[in-house]
Amino acid sequence: MKLPAFEYACPATLKEAVALLASHDGEAKPIAGGQSLMPMMAFRVAQPSLLVDLRKLPDLNKIAIDKDGVRLGAMVRWRDIQDDKRLATAHPLLLGAIAHVAHYQIRNRGTVGGSVCHADPAAEMPGIAITCDAEMTVMGKGGQRVINAKDFFLGALTTALEPDEILTEVKLPAWPVTRRLGFQEFARRRGDFAMAGIALFYDPDAGGKVGNAHVGVIGVGDKQRRLAKAEAAINGNAVNDATIAKAAEAASAEVEPQDDIHASAAYRRALTGTMVERALKSAAS
Amino acid sequence: MTTKFEVNGKSVSVDVEPRLTLADCLRYNLRLTGTHIGCEHGVCGACTVLVNGDAVRACLMLAVQAEGARVVTVEGLSNDADLTPLQKSFRKHHALQCGFCTPGFITTAHALLTEEPDCDADRVREVLSGNICRCTGYIAIVEAVLDARAAYKKEGAR
Repeated sequence: MKLPAFEYACPATLKEAVALLASHDGEAKPIAGGQSLMPMMAFRVAQPSLLVDLRKLPDLNKIAIDKDGVRLGAMVRWRDIQDDKRLATAHPLLLGAIAHVAHYQIRNRGTVGGSVCHADPAAEMPGIAITCDAEMTVMGKGGQRVINAKDFFLGALTTALEPDEILTEVKLPAWPVTRRLGFQEFARRRGDFAMAGIALFYDPDAGGKVGNAHVGVIGVGDKQRRLAKAEAAINGNAVNDATIAKAAEAASAEVEPQDDIHASAAYRRALTGTMVERALKSAAS
Repeated sequence: MTTKFEVNGKSVSVDVEPRLTLADCLRYNLRLTGTHIGCEHGVCGACTVLVNGDAVRACLMLAVQAEGARVVTVEGLSNDADLTPLQKSFRKHHALQCGFCTPGFITTAHALLTEEPDCDADRVREVLSGNICRCTGYIAIVEAVLDARAAYKKEGAR
């Protein structure tokens, strides 16, 4: 459908952008790449009175990498992540997950900030943010604040952002060279939303055991989340067939899927275990 | 709002409502009807155009967001003298039937081959996964794109 009518502004500074958002009684929305917001407007799921285009704001399209981790500006596109050679070592889990985001043309416009603020339960970037304990920097009328991923995502398409706040940066903690990772998702068609996806990593300890396991799930239930019981099944053990089976079983039991038109709850529960199994096998290989 | 950008090498200035998509602007304001509109919500790929060299969905971009950009539509990828190597390859391999989706496939394939003239069949399939064709079954399209690689290696050709 054609889009509903709205006003449009394209401010040159973050301060102006925040002031514009604050001036519309919560009915204004920022637009970055628009790859989620535009379809939502076409379906009338979103009908903002004002769109505040972020494309002229300076410095939001940078990827900064240092000893503390990877800082992704909110306007960084999927394409920019895939083109950044440094990320193969600086954050291989991010790079692996982003390969599954949508289709070629969407990756040329879609942004990190847009995906994180849209907070689709099946989207890869919010899943990576949760799995890696990312920190979101946001700017609003009251100034800047930093929100941990676990406090940022509140439910399907719902975040802790206030109507006048704009996400400026997503920071992923530093990635040690010895860390092992796996990312697996299953969709009927390449590039479509996952019916279940797993992002995980762990750090090898001395003596063949591993610790610091992080297991995140997307596409199952109403939000992206860590799976504490699956993590507990991995921590302190060697990643062998027995550990993998226990972790997969724990993950299947821990998720709370619902039936929908794409898959039944039972299918999603089983698929979650299979994804954990495949991700752990690829991490250990 | 008055918005200025470049389309197929020519500067244009249009007066549009903010809600007008780039796809509708190209078709209705600029009468470039080669860009087709299928789903209007970013699923089918028929409206794919190049913006500053990148293949994007013109239904998921506002015309006002194109301010200052360099837009190339399927019309900009042809000439009056002869079929281009990519067009010839689509014809040779029967990579179209009704033709509705073809502009999206041509623009997408052109962007891919310009950047990655050495791409393999897997990469072509991955990139084309964002475009829907209900006639061909895709195999002929993949073959056409693979066969056109030689021309892009030679000249970075149009």
